[in-house]
Amino acid sequence: MPVLTDEMTAAIKAFIPRYPNKQAVTLPALHIVNERLRYVPLEAVVEIAAILELHPAQVQDTLSFYGYFKQDAPGGEIRAWVCRSISCALRGGEEVLDHMCHKLGIKPGQTTGDGKLTLEFAECLGACEYAPCMLAGKELVKNLTNETADQYLQKLKAES
Amino acid sequence: MPKFEPVLMANMHRPDSHTLKVYESTGGYQALKKVLKESTQESFRDLIKNSGLRGRGGAGFPTGLKWTFLPKDHPGPIYLCINADESEPGTFNNRYLMELDPHQVIEGTILSSFATKASTAYIYLRIEYPTCYEHLEAAIAECYAAGYLGKNILGSGYSLDMYMHRGAAAYICGEETGLIESLEGKRAWPRIKPPFPAVEGLFRKPTVVNNVETVACVKQIADRGVEWFKSIGVPPDPNNPRDAGSYGPKLYCLSGHVNKPGCYEAPLGITCRQLIDEYGGGVWKGRKAKAAIPGGISMGLLTEAELDTPLDFNGPGKVGCLGLGTAAVVVADETVNMVDFLHNSCRFFAHESCGQCTPCREGTHWSLSMLDRIKAGKGRLKDLDLLSEIGNHIGIIPGTTICGLSDGAAWPIKNALKKFRGDFEEYIKRTNPTGYMITDAVPALEGAGSH
Ligand SMILES: Cc1cc2nc3c(=O)[nH]c(=O)nc-3n(C[C@H](O)[C@H](O)[C@H](O)COP(=O)(O)O)c2cc1C
Ligand code: SF4
Ligand code: FES
Repeated sequence: MPVLTDEMTAAIKAFIPRYPNKQAVTLPALHIVNERLRYVPLEAVVEIAAILELHPAQVQDTLSFYGYFKQDAPGGEIRAWVCRSISCALRGGEEVLDHMCHKLGIKPGQTTGDGKLTLEFAECLGACEYAPCMLAGKELVKNLTNETADQYLQKLKAES
Repeated sequence: MPKFEPVLMANMHRPDSHTLKVYESTGGYQALKKVLKESTQESFRDLIKNSGLRGRGGAGFPTGLKWTFLPKDHPGPIYLCINADESEPGTFNNRYLMELDPHQVIEGTILSSFATKASTAYIYLRIEYPTCYEHLEAAIAECYAAGYLGKNILGSGYSLDMYMHRGAAAYICGEETGLIESLEGKRAWPRIKPPFPAVEGLFRKPTVVNNVETVACVKQIADRGVEWFKSIGVPPDPNNPRDAGSYGPKLYCLSGHVNKPGCYEAPLGITCRQLIDEYGGGVWKGRKAKAAIPGGISMGLLTEAELDTPLDFNGPGKVGCLGLGTAAVVVADETVNMVDFLHNSCRFFAHESCGQCTPCREGTHWSLSMLDRIKAGKGRLKDLDLLSEIGNHIGIIPGTTICGLSDGAAWPIKNALKKFRGDFEEYIKRTNPTGYMITDAVPALEGAGSH
């Protein structure tokens, strides 16, 4: 059974005309799969390689360079990145990240048991004027405190 | 001097400022129409050269001059890459431009492509900017529909395609040759230079990489002219024949321990203190500043006494910093211990080193291990000499590495140890009263590590 759906394959192929060679579609293809499956299993790597006429090792090499793509199991429905870089750290970002880890009983990089949330640390999210901050899915959560972090987690729970 | 009037941020407060309709209602794409009608590619390139515009991405390289390094009469294709990877800690001005005024960025990109004879422009955007992605994608689609992109733009005979390309959360993709490798679908390992991208860049073709704010300035110069641009900022230092001046408006980022963090447009050359006090409402909680990063964490540190340093391309270098960088100021108040500051900095660079060059890969990791150990109360005064040694030996400047990431890792180490050594000595003596003088080799403590 292929991992890539026809829709994913078509989405990947739509990128090919944008570049003079197919290898350049590697990152777009990884994003396309990752957005839909929340990880990029090895089978998907092999199938992407076939579409782009590459050796699977080439795609895997690129994938493994970026810590961004998970390969073992799908991430949570929401991936929340808590910034630990300097502007956020100066305003308590690391403490909020610790608090969230305790609250959820997971470490950065892990997913909650209900599959709702993957918690990650991030390096500067480019939103330092809102430090400390968190990018949860597409939502930027600004000026985090332990309380607003709790509120966010509660809201997430309520939505399920 | 006339009162400074912001231009880069002038329209960001308007409702729907990211749409073509609003952009055109404020004179958007008039510059493009004028240039395509009245200028040749060469004459427009020369206009930008004469404006003295210097790149806003970190290195401050003169933009027009960079464009002239492209081979003459090349059959093409030539590529323009817009560096929208913005990942330098403390920096977020490109985000303002792309999110709130994406057409300004796109018009600047079209104009820069025209000047460089590029046939395709890629905007390499960090994945952490989802709203920028949506707004830029929508804006590009609007431009194709309006005839500002595609074949034979506005009947000029010039054709250009523009595409977004998203990164995957790696700081090194901001280094221009790392960006190129990443765009080609490979690991983002910076290339040894020469050849420079202008000669052999993306897909082995002549390539220019420019920052988002740089091309926004190109659009403003096309609109307002060279004289306007040169009326803002700081002229070249007459005592320094190599200084190209610091002209134009700049988007300064301000964060950390200030009352009003934010992105502020000001003439190049305001002092760090002015930025903190006049724009940022001063240091928070009525405290004093202890230190400030002048232009992103890579640039090193200013002491409180050095806050009157002008934030132009020369200022920070005169007080031992690496340079102006991204003009992103991060303020640390008097309660901050510089051990914590440097630990944060070293952890960032250890995490982001691409691992290609041994001095950078090992140097960033060992400096983090030592700071882990110092923080854990096992520091020795001798560690500070070792840290200095690492700081002095990694980077392009000492000549041991391929790219400037390691210079950026080295500068905070060097500045912190030179300007705030007392903090480190005090911390080590206080937390390791029986062992601070030991000089025997010790195993690095198993610490948090960088990952
Ligand atoms: C480690 C490293 C990271 C960089 N990150 C960025 C970045 O995120 N954005 C950027 O515009 N330039 C970045 N640069 C600078 C680029 O290499 C390049 O000089 C710049 O994009 C050129 O554009 P400009 O001339 O318009 O400034 C980085 C450089 C280094 C060494
Ligand atoms: S200096 Fe560091 S980041 Fe740059 S190429 Fe070498 S190892 Fe990679
Ligand atoms: S340091 Fe956290 S967003 Fe920049």
